[in-house]
Amino acid sequence: MKAIETEALTKRFGNFTAVDSISFDVKRGEIFGFLGANGAGKTTAMRVLCGLSKPTSGRAIVAGHDVAARPERVKRRIGYMSQRFSLYEGLKVWENIRLYAGIYGARSADIRERSDALLRELDFEEGRDKLVRSLPTGWKQKLAFSVAIFHEPEIVFLDEPTGGVDPVARRQFWELIYKAADRGITVFVTTHYMDEAEYCDRVSIMVDGKIAALDSPRGLKEQFRATTMDEVFRILARGDDARAL
Amino acid sequence: MATIETAGIVKRFGAVEALSGVDLVVERGELFGLIGPDGGGKSTLLRVLATLIPADSGKVVIEGLDAGRDYREIRSLVGYMPSRFSLYPDLTVEENLKLFAALFRVPAGDNYSLAGGILEHLLPFRKRRAAALSGGMKQKLALCCALVHEPSVLLLDEPTTGIDPVSRDELWRILGRLKRRGVAIVVSTPYMDEARLCDRVALVMQGRFLDAGTPGEIVERHGRETWAARADGMSRLLVDLRSSPLVESCHAFGDQHHVTPSPGASIERLREEMTARGHRVEIREIVPGIEDCFIRVASAHTA
Amino acid sequence: MSKTFPVRLFGAFILKEFRHILRDRRTIMILLGMPVIQVVLFGFAITTEVREVRVALLDPTPDATTRRLTDRLLASDYFTLARVVHSPAAAERALRRGEAEMAIVFEPSFERKVEKEGTGRVQLIADATNPNLAAMFTGYATSIIAGGAAPAPATRLLYNPAMKSAYYFVPGVMGLVLMLICAMMTSISIVREKESGTMEMILVSPARPFMIIAAKLVPYFMLSCVNLATILFLSVHALGVPVAGSLSALVTASLLFILVSLSIGIFVSTVARTQVAAILVSGMVLMMPVILLSGLIFPVENMPALLQWISHLIPAKWYIAAVKKIMIEGAPLLLATREMLALAATGVLLLLLSLKKFNDRAT
Repeated sequence: MKAIETEALTKRFGNFTAVDSISFDVKRGEIFGFLGANGAGKTTAMRVLCGLSKPTSGRAIVAGHDVAARPERVKRRIGYMSQRFSLYEGLKVWENIRLYAGIYGARSADIRERSDALLRELDFEEGRDKLVRSLPTGWKQKLAFSVAIFHEPEIVFLDEPTGGVDPVARRQFWELIYKAADRGITVFVTTHYMDEAEYCDRVSIMVDGKIAALDSPRGLKEQFRATTMDEVFRILARGDDARAL
Repeated sequence: MATIETAGIVKRFGAVEALSGVDLVVERGELFGLIGPDGGGKSTLLRVLATLIPADSGKVVIEGLDAGRDYREIRSLVGYMPSRFSLYPDLTVEENLKLFAALFRVPAGDNYSLAGGILEHLLPFRKRRAAALSGGMKQKLALCCALVHEPSVLLLDEPTTGIDPVSRDELWRILGRLKRRGVAIVVSTPYMDEARLCDRVALVMQGRFLDAGTPGEIVERHGRETWAARADGMSRLLVDLRSSPLVESCHAFGDQHHVTPSPGASIERLREEMTARGHRVEIREIVPGIEDCFIRVASAHTA
Repeated sequence: MSKTFPVRLFGAFILKEFRHILRDRRTIMILLGMPVIQVVLFGFAITTEVREVRVALLDPTPDATTRRLTDRLLASDYFTLARVVHSPAAAERALRRGEAEMAIVFEPSFERKVEKEGTGRVQLIADATNPNLAAMFTGYATSIIAGGAAPAPATRLLYNPAMKSAYYFVPGVMGLVLMLICAMMTSISIVREKESGTMEMILVSPARPFMIIAAKLVPYFMLSCVNLATILFLSVHALGVPVAGSLSALVTASLLFILVSLSIGIFVSTVARTQVAAILVSGMVLMMPVILLSGLIFPVENMPALLQWISHLIPAKWYIAAVKKIMIEGAPLLLATREMLALAATGVLLLLLSLKKFNDRAT
């Protein structure tokens, strides 16, 4: 059973083809990295997969449902965290958790217990009554991620989750992602930090709306005879000199 | 006399002390890197150096001019590029450049000496609005605008954040060129691997320089024996490594975990222990990098 | 840094402002279309004129006098007979059901009373849901009836003989539109530069930020002049409100008000940090009082003393008063001296305050 299956998925805006006939599968429980430069089409593709934007043509099955035909069912089975924080800055930590749990229809008796468990898991019980606004970026991101998987989705989509975070916090964030994947949650993550690609089971690299390469980080490095993912990316981008400059 | 000389800069925002005593000396033609977490004070330091905000106390001297008194004169000697794209998106490349030339009262034209090399890349897009440029192109345009008046000091706040590796490479090559022409450059970056491209770096956290020196000196001072471990179940391996008495600390580093061994531990013994716990593990010794050092210094500081 | 006026810098920044404005098609359409829409809206849709008030008539003993009074009333454009009722309860019912806005109740044997006692009693019952309107039409009715009972005083309605509300609101719309464009648009456009970070880029240059702000005022000043011309053209040719006084006096007063509004815009931009805040401050704090307290909708003279006092602080009130004097009453500029002085003082005060608040360091 696949978590995500796409077939010739295409999204056009007027004359501009943002996502150009991409086909790939994501296995259940996999950490799948979706890489590419800014403007390569990553965010557009992700929005289509989340049911936020209708594909122009092609097909995408996410968590067992067609995103074009049944976006509501897809949305119920996924979690989403965007590069901008999805938390309310003016609310306290526990108020945010309760709010999101409520949106996904959790019962209030459960919410209290599970939000305590969540904070315990994060080792952040003292932050319960703090305003989200007052937290360091690293904590906000960890919290936003925990909230995005609070309803135990089948797949969680992370859009550039680690932007603007220092190395220590980024590492802690990836450890959270590992834990979620161990619980069986499929993780679909876009990033432009190439070193982060190394944390993923498999990565795809998008160039100009197309998937230019897709394999495990080790496989890609062997294929392109590179030592880091940075180099892999450079080789792929150089194939298209007009864009690189 | 150094191009930038500061002593004991303190800057408070309300109750928060953003900078608590920073001493920095940057020479002519030196590339100085600031690395550290968000909110550590990198941006505030750059804004103080750019005379955007005055320091509460301490001394800031740029090209012999005092930032408290002569900040207007300093402004024509300094080029500053903020972390956020801060040009006019609805104006074209050319219009933005002309505007900045007017702002710094230099003749508009295509022969800005310092910006020359970058300008060539922008020429094909001169009629394009800034909003429609790619991330890398935007940064190059911003850099050009910061260079129109041929500053002797260049301050760059995270110029490579969010742009692709190819553009990052190019930007660093450009910085290298500017440095050779005598510009004193201070650049902040969240990418630890970029630290090695600087002449000297400072680890900035909680408003302080935890340490400063050449990348080599930093590794020499803080680098300890480091092992890299890899297995199939990476997250389970992380948990098991951390619980082992042979391991002092362990962090995920992409497709491998970096292990700082406890005194007297050996790779063989750790391998045996992990194998016993069911891992098909691969462990080897590696040379620690700036990032390993940063994590060590940072966690020692917070602990 | 040279001490001479940096002509090239100033020119470059004016050019840039024009580009911002011209490239934002939607905003320029709104800015140019707004005065037209406002004039049309106030001129044809929202009207405070009294016309065809429906009347319920209760006349228990109709005679020559009551008939004469009723005819006089209904002969005017203002009133029309909705129904004749036969009891006070029925009159009240007609009002409650909305069949009539006013009831006229004659006392029984009205004529005989007038002959015997020299006076008769008439009661006017009005639906005062809209108090201004009710006050107006009961006033009309009273004067018409009184005029019929005794030799009528010759009433002459000066300045606005046709009692058209356009005479009343054109000055108000001028105040509103100029305020909106000058104050709101300048403050938004300055604050936008703070938000996008471009203000910092200007701050780190040797240029004085006030120069850049002065450059911002030029296009908005010109835009306001275009709007002023539009409003005057429409009010003269579409609404038939002539400029009774001298055009140059009117333009002088308007230019002064435009400058005051621009200084309000600058002042708001020194206070607000985000565009949303700028819109809220200029929208709520400036526009609402202008609409409510400047006499645009409610006459200032009818307000409680406290509100009248507050209204003195609103520049638009002075401007609207000056426009009324010059444009409608045909007074020379000299008679609007008080208003002009009040405007000038506000402008100078605000500019001084903004200059003090505006420094060339970031916050």
